[in-house]
Amino acid sequence: MIKLFRFLRKKELALIALSVCFVVLQVWLDLTLPDFMADITMLVQTPGSTMSEILTAGLKMVGCAFGSLAASMVTALCASKIASEFSANLRSAIFRKVQSFSMEEIGKFSTASLITRSTNDINQVQMVIVMGLQVMVKAPIMAVWAILKISGKQWQWMASTGAAVAILLLVVGTCVALAYPKFKKLQVLTDDLNRVTRENLTGIRVVRAYNAEEYQEKKFDGANQALTNTHLFTMRIMAFMMPSIQLIMSGISLAVYWLGAVLINKASMMDKAVLFSDMMVFSQYAIQVVMSFMMLVIIFVILPRASVAAQRISEVLRTELSVNDGEKTEGIAEKQGEVEFRGVSFRYPDGDDYVLRDITFTAKKGETVAFIGSTGCGKSTAVNLIPRFYDATEGEILVSGVNVKEYTQEALREMIGYVSQKATLFSGTIASNVSYGGKNDADLEANVKNAMHIAQGDDIVNKTDDGINAFVSQGGSNFSGGQKQRMSIARAIYKDPDILIFDDSFSALDYRTDRELRAELNRKCAGSTRIIVAQRIGTIKDADRIIVLDDGKIAGMGTHTELMRDCEVYRQIAYSQLSEKELA
Amino acid sequence: MEKQEYEIGQSTRPRRGGAPRPGMPVEKAKDMSGTSRKLVSYGKNFVPFVIAALICAVVSTVLTLIGPDKLSDMTEEITKGIMTGIDMDAVKKIGITLICFYAVSYITSAVQGLLMASVTQGLSKRMRTDISRKINRLPMWFYNQTTTGDILSRVTNDVDTISQSLNQSIGNLVSAVVLFVGSLFMMIKTNGIMTVTAVVSTIFGFVLMFAIMGRSQKYFIRQQQNLGAINGHIEEIYAGHTVVKAYNGEAQEEKKFDELNSALRESAFKAQCLSGMMMPIMGFIGNFGYAAVCVVGGALALNDKIGFGVIVAFMMYVRYFTQPLNQIAQAAQALQSAAAAGERVFEFLEAEEMEDESGKTKKLNSTKGEVTFSHVKFGYENTDKIIIHDFSAKAEKGQKIAIVGPTGAGKTTMVNLLMRFHELNGGEIRIDGIPTKDMTREEVHSQFCMVLQDTWLFEGTIRENLIYSSENNSDEKMKEACKAVGLDHFIRTLPKGYDTMLSDQLNLSQGQKQQLTIARAMIADKPMLILDEATSSVDTRTELQIQRAMDKLMENRTSFVIAHRLSTIKDADLILVMKDGDIIESGDHEELLEKNGFYAQLYNSQFESA
Repeated sequence: MIKLFRFLRKKELALIALSVCFVVLQVWLDLTLPDFMADITMLVQTPGSTMSEILTAGLKMVGCAFGSLAASMVTALCASKIASEFSANLRSAIFRKVQSFSMEEIGKFSTASLITRSTNDINQVQMVIVMGLQVMVKAPIMAVWAILKISGKQWQWMASTGAAVAILLLVVGTCVALAYPKFKKLQVLTDDLNRVTRENLTGIRVVRAYNAEEYQEKKFDGANQALTNTHLFTMRIMAFMMPSIQLIMSGISLAVYWLGAVLINKASMMDKAVLFSDMMVFSQYAIQVVMSFMMLVIIFVILPRASVAAQRISEVLRTELSVNDGEKTEGIAEKQGEVEFRGVSFRYPDGDDYVLRDITFTAKKGETVAFIGSTGCGKSTAVNLIPRFYDATEGEILVSGVNVKEYTQEALREMIGYVSQKATLFSGTIASNVSYGGKNDADLEANVKNAMHIAQGDDIVNKTDDGINAFVSQGGSNFSGGQKQRMSIARAIYKDPDILIFDDSFSALDYRTDRELRAELNRKCAGSTRIIVAQRIGTIKDADRIIVLDDGKIAGMGTHTELMRDCEVYRQIAYSQLSEKELA
Repeated sequence: MEKQEYEIGQSTRPRRGGAPRPGMPVEKAKDMSGTSRKLVSYGKNFVPFVIAALICAVVSTVLTLIGPDKLSDMTEEITKGIMTGIDMDAVKKIGITLICFYAVSYITSAVQGLLMASVTQGLSKRMRTDISRKINRLPMWFYNQTTTGDILSRVTNDVDTISQSLNQSIGNLVSAVVLFVGSLFMMIKTNGIMTVTAVVSTIFGFVLMFAIMGRSQKYFIRQQQNLGAINGHIEEIYAGHTVVKAYNGEAQEEKKFDELNSALRESAFKAQCLSGMMMPIMGFIGNFGYAAVCVVGGALALNDKIGFGVIVAFMMYVRYFTQPLNQIAQAAQALQSAAAAGERVFEFLEAEEMEDESGKTKKLNSTKGEVTFSHVKFGYENTDKIIIHDFSAKAEKGQKIAIVGPTGAGKTTMVNLLMRFHELNGGEIRIDGIPTKDMTREEVHSQFCMVLQDTWLFEGTIRENLIYSSENNSDEKMKEACKAVGLDHFIRTLPKGYDTMLSDQLNLSQGQKQQLTIARAMIADKPMLILDEATSSVDTRTELQIQRAMDKLMENRTSFVIAHRLSTIKDADLILVMKDGDIIESGDHEELLEKNGFYAQLYNSQFESA
């Protein structure tokens, strides 16, 4: 939590100081209130007091009430200002940090977890700050000050107040200690219940096909019973806590009065009146003391939860980047568009085994190089090394004759058009998606249309009257898988890059579209080097060079005909898709 | 750690749950009174307990109220004897009475809490159970119209909201009302002028509070909207991280983020600020009432109109009087959100169920596996669109029937009809001559093994996943099946063999998962087989291995196979080519190629080079 405080700027620090001042003011006013009450009591007890004296004291009381209201309003104002500024700054910092992550860091946290950290966790911290500045600061000040106010009065009263606080801490502490672990468990059990239900829903066809409804219901009942029992336990503890607090509050009032009666009875004539007004005031202060200790307990319950959130945020912020910028912005002119792997090996930082081992090849300008192999053989990983989504563990990768690590990331990626396996679209329009990341383009419409045409997406553009300005919803959910994939291919084509990378981008297309798209690419993008990862032999049959990967190693390299002759793995893949006659 | 795919919407678990916080806008039920009636009749078994709890609440509140009155008596005793000596016996008597009051009040309110906990938990457990049973009784088409997330949120969030809100509000509402009426009664009984003072000062405070709270709703809604917008942006950008990086879109996205962020900062400030006023105002109402009571009380005492005990009593009454107003408002809000959640739960529980089939008795003994479709016509329930127009086909015993065609042609629909997941609009399907609609659904289901494209496995041991619901199957049969699909060796290399838990940690390949579901189908050992795109998500080399397992499974079974890789179905006895809900061609592979029609076109497009 503390580590995050560096995101407070001077303005917010000043506001914190200000709000602390106002909290002190408010506590002072709240605690002065009973003093005037004592004055009134004295006045009433003293013969000869006038009405105006009482009114003056009363007006002071009302003044205190208003003053306290004003002070606490200012505190609330400051607190919300600080909290909203602080969380906005923090949110912005974490967003920028995640933007700079490579896939390695993303993989370490997982996307889902990063989203939670940037949204829910920040909200948690924000809420604690709002509450904190009002309660967390106030409670200790109040407790200490109220104690000071009553100290020096009769020890019997103080002892009973002390006893009340001790009992309170004991009761609340025990309840929290018993219930808190169960609260944590509740989340796990709720997730369990969700999991079983989700299982039943996603597998509804299987469940019914196997007549397994009863089996699922039995499982659900188990999860349901566990959740109910834990809920019951915590609720029962809470059912004891609230009345206990009430009892302690009532008890302390009674104790003060009862002890007061005894004390007054014993005191000398002179002291009786003073003792009486003391008693009236003391009962008020005693309740304030007990209340502020209550608040302190609550803080100790909330704080751990918030500090977990804060820790999760600062974990992200402290992560060191594994991919850093070089300086170059241009490659060697005569090697423009060339991609070369020199003895490249790769393993994930926490993995034992190499995913890629000793990969060497060159793709000259305008050539098509294809990767094929079974799932998990490392073909996607290989192409992800080119735009530096990861850095190679050993060996080097050269783009346009320069090691990729020497470029600035921006310059490197400017040369590459990358199409991922899973089509990713952003909310906006077809045009905003296809021209994504592009600089100002005078001829935007024509270029977008052209890119969509090459990507076999004319039907998508013509589907609605809005043409290329048709709406795309979040994640592109208003388009089918094939349509999304063609749009993301158009995005790469629009860029007209030196190097085009297709990471298994054709599998979502039907055979005919696949074929026409490749033909169009050959015609229109002949100047770009093309690196293709594929599963279908048909997609890559005509590549200039096919690299067969098996278990991260090159099992064969050459044209289709050469590989059919020489490479056993390639033959296996080929025969699994096509019959001998067809391959001939 | 392979690439982790992230689906949009995966992390945003709907969070409507929990009781509302002060100042937040509350979701309202469309039909508050109807839902409340349903809720009461749903929980009628619990009514006696609720009544007992309410009686406890009343008792404990009344005792709380008499407290100050007794304390004021004690103060009177002290003032009376301040100069002459206090009657300590009287003080002691009052003190002991009070201790008894407090003790009874403690017990009754604890009992009330315990009772309400049992009631609300019992109620929500029953609700969850009913929802879970309901899931299995709803017709299949229901699930085409609802999302998994929606049903999940009803099982957990909505039920939680109901139990939490009821737990807090019912008890609180009763004791708050009793406290409010009671403290008013006690005040009037004690002193009229003082009562007016307390009531007027409290009203003054509450007018101030409602003036502010009324304005805050607007800002809360705006804050919620802005928060939604920025969370959506974060989710979208994080999920598309590689594309943002690959296209140097960082600057552009940061700009958009900053705009959203500053809008959120503004509205968050305003909303927090207004709700932050809540506590101070509550405090002020207390303080102000306290001051007013002291001044007026002091003045009256000076003129000997009242004793000092009255002031003491009023100091407490004023707090008791202001507290419940706030509690009543909160309880009303809680009840509203309970009703809104209840509405959603009942909507689900009241959804139309599948037809009751206890009257159907036709059974198949030793199924031969002859399936006829005659003039099958089908459109999804609640739509007018007919998807399958006129489908007729015959599968002889032991044949392999393949269904091919472009996406949306109705291939999977045919399988769903065969399984009677949906009811036909016309025509009929017969198994061994008996129409499926004359059998129970269970009977139809027990004729087919099914292997689907998405390999459905659950968190549990490998054994549990394999044997699944057919519990009386032996270990030998399970191991035999695993040997047949080529998994036995792999499973035995796992640390706990067949008792290894399947979870995220255990990295099974797509192919292995599919092999498991095939083994499961084998163990279930039913007379016929359905394969719906069973190998679409594995690469072709893995497919070759699985194919062997599937061939084994198809032996002597009438099988229906859907595949988009045509290479897998070339050896089928009958290929049905579907397009737009009709069979446009049929025959075996060679025949269809000779016809040089749609199938031939589809098939050849795999090989033409660019």
